[in-house]
Amino acid sequence: MKIDLNLKIGGAAGQGLQTTGMALAKALKKSGFHVFATQYYLSRVRGGHNTFQIRISDSPVFAMNENVDILLALDSASIEQHLSELSDGVVVVDSDEIEVKQTADSIFHVPMLKIAKDVCGDKIYSNSVSMGAVIGLLCLELSDLESILKTTFKKKGEEIIQKNIDAARAGYNYVKENYPGGCKFEISDSDEKENMMLVSGNEAVGLGALAAGVQFLAAYPMTPSTGVMTYVAANADKFNVVVEQAEDEIAALNMILGASFAGARSMTTTSGGGFSLMAEALGLASITETPAVIFLCQRPGPATGLPTMTEQGDLQFALYAAQGEFPRCILAPGTPEECFHLTAEAFNIADKYQIPVFVMSDQYLADSLFTCPRFDTSKVKVERHLLSDQELRTKKEEYKRYKLTPMGISPRTLPGQAGVLVVADSDEHDEFGHINETPENRIKMNDKRMKKLEVLREEMPAAKVYGNRDASVTLVGWGSTYGPLAEAVDILNDGGKSVNLVHFTHIHPLPVEATRKLLSKAKKTVCVENNSTGQFSRLLKVDAAINVTEHVLRYDGKPFSPEFIIAALKEKEVI
Amino acid sequence: MVSMDDYGKFETAWCPGCGNFGILKAIKQALVNLGRSPHEVFIASGIGQSSKLPHYLKCNAFNGLHGRSLPPATGAKIANHELTVLAVTGDGDCYGEGGNHFLHTVRRNPDITMIVHDNQIYGLTKGQASPTSEMGMKTKVQTHGVFNMPLNPLSMAISLDCSFVSRGYAGNIPHLTKLIEKAIQHKGLSLVDVLQPCVSFNKLNTFKWYSERVYEMEETGYELNDRVKAFEKSLEWGDRIPLGVFYMNEKPSFENHLDVLIQGPLYKNVPKTELVNELIDGFV
Ligand SMILES: Cc1ncc(C[n+]2csc(CCOP(=O)(O)OP(=O)(O)O)c2C)c(N)n1
Ligand code: SF4
Repeated sequence: MKIDLNLKIGGAAGQGLQTTGMALAKALKKSGFHVFATQYYLSRVRGGHNTFQIRISDSPVFAMNENVDILLALDSASIEQHLSELSDGVVVVDSDEIEVKQTADSIFHVPMLKIAKDVCGDKIYSNSVSMGAVIGLLCLELSDLESILKTTFKKKGEEIIQKNIDAARAGYNYVKENYPGGCKFEISDSDEKENMMLVSGNEAVGLGALAAGVQFLAAYPMTPSTGVMTYVAANADKFNVVVEQAEDEIAALNMILGASFAGARSMTTTSGGGFSLMAEALGLASITETPAVIFLCQRPGPATGLPTMTEQGDLQFALYAAQGEFPRCILAPGTPEECFHLTAEAFNIADKYQIPVFVMSDQYLADSLFTCPRFDTSKVKVERHLLSDQELRTKKEEYKRYKLTPMGISPRTLPGQAGVLVVADSDEHDEFGHINETPENRIKMNDKRMKKLEVLREEMPAAKVYGNRDASVTLVGWGSTYGPLAEAVDILNDGGKSVNLVHFTHIHPLPVEATRKLLSKAKKTVCVENNSTGQFSRLLKVDAAINVTEHVLRYDGKPFSPEFIIAALKEKEVI
Repeated sequence: MVSMDDYGKFETAWCPGCGNFGILKAIKQALVNLGRSPHEVFIASGIGQSSKLPHYLKCNAFNGLHGRSLPPATGAKIANHELTVLAVTGDGDCYGEGGNHFLHTVRRNPDITMIVHDNQIYGLTKGQASPTSEMGMKTKVQTHGVFNMPLNPLSMAISLDCSFVSRGYAGNIPHLTKLIEKAIQHKGLSLVDVLQPCVSFNKLNTFKWYSERVYEMEETGYELNDRVKAFEKSLEWGDRIPLGVFYMNEKPSFENHLDVLIQGPLYKNVPKTELVNELIDGFV
């Protein structure tokens, strides 16, 4: 990694942080860098202090590091709070607008508002001035930013596009003229990377659902899950998807169960608070054996918790929510590629096993932007697992929705066809779906459902090992923490330590044998989780009788950084 | 030709003499009269004595959770709008636990026929007050008598501009049959609130009590599309209780506004997954 730069934009909500950050991230990606971008925002529409951070590298990056090289300060809080994060960097600030108490060579004044007014006649173009200034400081060509501005403002027409480009150029020129020595980051010679995408976790989940042929999505908005709902809605017409904003989460899950029962590939999206309301219908999905995909995007709880922050605090809840004992499946992607493929896989598992399947993400993965290889759609298969017309025509007996089979999976067909009736019940039922409360029937039906879990367990792939198989310390992680963990492993190994990562994406039912094989050899295991109780390590203990040696836990609402992980490992004297 | 036999005969878990029997008969008869075969019919129900109904006739059924008959019914209608979709529910189920879904399903207006067994009591849980119980009614829970104002489902539906609002009576099967037929034929959400005596727990609103009061409104030559008059009519309750269609509003149903359904049922659509590559291009 020759190039590793961090750009932090700080400002109040409503100041265009997102637009500026997104455009810069896209332009830098277009210039051929690996880009990782993440946001820290408060639960308010205007005001407060938020940040948008972009990391640029010549190697793949999936996490933030804690050092800032360029600070674009759009408010005074940016300087107060983040100046100390700069080791050798520069601050770009419009000191006409923002009072800067400090004086230092590294503070670059760019009169963004004045330039915007002079060049474009309106201060709203100051965001584009700032983008140009940043590109100028990085000594890159302006052309990539220009083309991004063209697509960003496409809908607003030629005039607006031109004004934004003019503003960016003016910012760029200002920096070039006034700070000729400012170009201290030698990053200009990056090679164009073919077929790389810049995508957020939520967009990747939306793409995965569309690739899997989702037909119906019903949901109730809740941060940070809403991005998936809006992404699918934005493309619904093109893909023939029906998206409905339900009156509440209870309706959302019940609605998709009705739709799924009648044959539409269906999903819902929510966060912990909304999922609390869905708990009852989760059990309904399972006892009626109706396929359902639930995108559960975590944020810190309990109750409304920290609405815009991140945490992996709902694993136990997803594992155990709703009364009774029944099968479910939990997948937790760690990268956008995994978001894409695991979402598609979730639909196939739901259809095959006729159970609820979770795709568990969190605010960090949902809202961060990642550079990653282009998703390979040829790997996505749509498997509906429905009885064929031929099979239906030649069936000998009356159709039984809950036919007892050795695998526990009953042949599924849809209502509306001559000669078959499909009956589902939330009460314990017989093979036809009619209420049956006898003890013998209960045992048969319960065993049938639970059997599916054991069959599915066989199919669940083992965790992935990152780094040397025989390392002396093994970090254990699941889901969204993949990026910071993998980078921590790289840094430690570069520094002469022997550390690897065993990372889980297929959480439940846990492939027990494979997990034991992977972890029983490990000399020291450290489970790293974004929660306060080590929920995944408890799962390892309960399901696979594996005791991890140590824990690194973070639950302040923020995601892990590699530095945080390494510091914690040192403090615990694990390395 | 579809006949009553096609809908089968089943043993029920209802008390002898319950109003539910009349409703079951009327539903079957209405479906037969409309020539609907069992496989074309989908009934979603909640939980309660009433909600067991789909187990007592042949049809496709989704007997879900207490209060939640409407969301699965809506989902199923979206997935396959060729199905004749009914939601069978109780007064507790529909107006209590599922009150929010009632409000919003009326607003959404899917082409579903909602049949509410309104016995003004909770049957399955053995006799507590329901949202439509009369004030003063004493139960083991409402020991001082019901204090809460009974909810008027018809006024509420009319105020929400529900597409079809009607009331039937389990003791008048021919009339109820006609009403259900009309409700099924109506495009959009249809409410059939059915006065249903519960012989075990509601000692106030008995067959005798209802029979002395109900009258068929059709005879009075009343306008169906006048929302204000309908609202006024819906307030009539006491010595005389009107039966029939109170209000009708021909407006596009929810499925109507979904362009994708023009090509056929949603579930039959082959998703255009190949277009995902175009979207991916936008991220490259
Ligand atoms: C979530 C939930 N709460 C409570 C119950 C218990 N419960 C079952 S039926 C019922 C009320 C039934 O009343 P109503 O809907 O009027 O139907 P009826 O039995 O009178 O036909 C209740 C409270 C339940 N099954 N689920
Ligand atoms: S309890 Fe009431 S409603 Fe239920 S079956 Fe008996 S009489 Fe009918």
